[in-house]
Amino acid sequence: MSSYVIRGASILGETVSDIAIEDGVITTIGAGLDGDEVIDATGLVALPGLVDLHTHVREPGREDAETVLSGSKAAARGGFTCVHAMANTDPVADTAGVVEQVWRLGREGGYCDVQPVGAVTIGLGGERLAELGAMADSAAGVRVFSDDGKCVSDAVIMRRALEYVKAFDGVIAQHAQEPRLTEGAQMNEGPLSGELGLTGWPAVAEEAIIARDVLLAEHVGSRLHVCHLSTRGSVEIIRWAKGRGIDVTAEVTPHHLLLSDDLVRSYDPIYKVNPPLRSNDDVAAVREGLADGTIDIVATDHAPHPMEDKECEWSAAAFGMLGLETALSVVQQTMVDTGLLTWVQVADKMSAKPASIGRVSNQGRPLEVGEPANIVLIDPAATRVIDARDTASLSRNNPYAGLTLPGEVVTTFLRGRPTVRDRALVEGGTV
Amino acid sequence: MTFTHLLSAGDLDRTDAIRILDTAEELLGVASRPIKKLPTLRGRTVVNLFFEDSTRTRISFEAAAKRLSADVINFSAKGSSVSKGESLKDTALTLQAMGADAVVIRHQHSGAPHRLANAKWTNGAVINAGDGTHEHPTQALLDAFTMRRHLGELEGKNITIVGDVLHSRVARSNALLLDTLGANVTLVAPPTLLPVGIEKWPVETSYDLDSSLEKADAVMMLRVQQERMNAAFFPSAREYSRRYGLDTPRLNRLPEHAIVMHPGPMNRGMEITADVADHVRSVIVEQVTNGVAVRMAVLYLLLGGAAGEPTSEEGTE
Repeated sequence: MSSYVIRGASILGETVSDIAIEDGVITTIGAGLDGDEVIDATGLVALPGLVDLHTHVREPGREDAETVLSGSKAAARGGFTCVHAMANTDPVADTAGVVEQVWRLGREGGYCDVQPVGAVTIGLGGERLAELGAMADSAAGVRVFSDDGKCVSDAVIMRRALEYVKAFDGVIAQHAQEPRLTEGAQMNEGPLSGELGLTGWPAVAEEAIIARDVLLAEHVGSRLHVCHLSTRGSVEIIRWAKGRGIDVTAEVTPHHLLLSDDLVRSYDPIYKVNPPLRSNDDVAAVREGLADGTIDIVATDHAPHPMEDKECEWSAAAFGMLGLETALSVVQQTMVDTGLLTWVQVADKMSAKPASIGRVSNQGRPLEVGEPANIVLIDPAATRVIDARDTASLSRNNPYAGLTLPGEVVTTFLRGRPTVRDRALVEGGTV
Repeated sequence: MTFTHLLSAGDLDRTDAIRILDTAEELLGVASRPIKKLPTLRGRTVVNLFFEDSTRTRISFEAAAKRLSADVINFSAKGSSVSKGESLKDTALTLQAMGADAVVIRHQHSGAPHRLANAKWTNGAVINAGDGTHEHPTQALLDAFTMRRHLGELEGKNITIVGDVLHSRVARSNALLLDTLGANVTLVAPPTLLPVGIEKWPVETSYDLDSSLEKADAVMMLRVQQERMNAAFFPSAREYSRRYGLDTPRLNRLPEHAIVMHPGPMNRGMEITADVADHVRSVIVEQVTNGVAVRMAVLYLLLGGAAGEPTSEEGTE
């Protein structure tokens, strides 16, 4: 394996230094280093490879929308070196067999580590626990369990799941959505849903489940992770729970940091997502929550859908939007350029912390000598007009198309090998 | 006109709205002639694209287009495999290829007419003939037209609309149009059937029908769908009827000149008693008649009539 020297990168947006990489490990950090290959990183910021706790790769089952390979490529282009593949595939990732398949496909692709998420209940049915222990013990080493797309709404099942995964240090990642309060729901419930005649998805349907779950987690002494929280009330509940010492973590998506429900006025399903885009006040609240640490991480909820599931009437369209290739730019625009977060904090919330929640030991590591060389170099001064066709994903449901966003991923290293170089994917992977 | 499609009653400014109503007034005369036909839209194609059953609305648009001599194609998508979006797109592309000048669309999903108009799938004028629980602008126009014939100009008039506002496209369009025309609108419903955020609408709201009757110049009763009764919006049909139904005692408390309206189809005995529906002050049948004239006016102004108002000479052919 060749050695690289990254020359003149601003490490976490602070000290400018060279980084030498050999055999997949950071060997030296300092000035005037040399190696087989020198990568000029003047003006670029070096961050640890990003870790996504919430990605939909659609394989097995919907390979027309995304595969493990195409999702991995999109991840690499977005600066990610590890993604957590959600369990709502077809078949559902509720057995050791399915999670091992996804894990192996990720390794074969070689663009990033694909860490499968196991389903909490069989078939996401919400009734019987899946074999959580078998998935934990499998080669995939599953630690994150989620019925994402559906809520574990039954309080007893949720309690048992929270308790059971303690045996292997797992975590339940809850998609908080009270099902009865959201039957047929299409968009955030508020003045606009009334005006547009679209069935509302009220904030209380999310908040009621989060409130219940933090109390359950406290009661049984378990670890809870809340997926894609989207409302001011949810932020307040998490803040309260953390104040009580409850072991809860929470994520926000890039789209909930940037976009709000007034976009639905167009009836263009490109903006249809679950949980829905919320009000501007909610957007402000999740930004504040991420800045003050109430919300621990940014996770993409990258949700590819084929064109025909979006090029239709709003109510007939699928929920979800792409996110891997734009996440860092959206975070830069909403959090860094606004002064709410430093790059040091971005590294924590998009790399170290998600790896820690997912118990992925060789990802999310600091940029230090002896650590795995998972590194992303970004050009924060770049701006780009987002083009939905410019993607490694098989899908095009990009809600940012046409927007100008700051920042661009220039290079991504996965264990010392570039998966993205000079702003382009390295073909052939790294295996 | 300042609009190229009619998607929402909110698309209309006061000048547009009054022009449609005035044009409809002139066109109403056509219906009383021996030959009920004008040559205005000869050679133009109007497609009635109905994804949801609504015989009343479809035949009203059909009659309107035919009286203006347009070629009418009725496309009923109900019951076919057309229910997903790609089909809306493909259907629109097909209609475009056939040279549809106007597409009158009725759809069970809110916003479908917006998609048709804004996704560039068709160049034709799109007229919303009712979309999901969103809007039904030509219904609001025919309601305003009917009110104007009985009450005079609507500026300052008090209009009370009663019933399932949450799911009613008629209520949404009426609230917007009547506000544009300067009327005072009061929406009366149980709290469960008023949408969240209604305080931002240009209307008053009330949970109490009785207190809204004495000042009303017109009362419009909305249909209550059967399926609402099993979804805990109200305890029972009888309780709804007692609290929000229009019966003879309530009718007698209206001012002498007040009219009773209903967009149809009615649930007699539920939101309106048979006696009230058939009462001399009920203008429900007249609403249907006026619907044709108003839809003629909309088609005329959107498609052909920008050059001028209809003249009696046109009708002599």
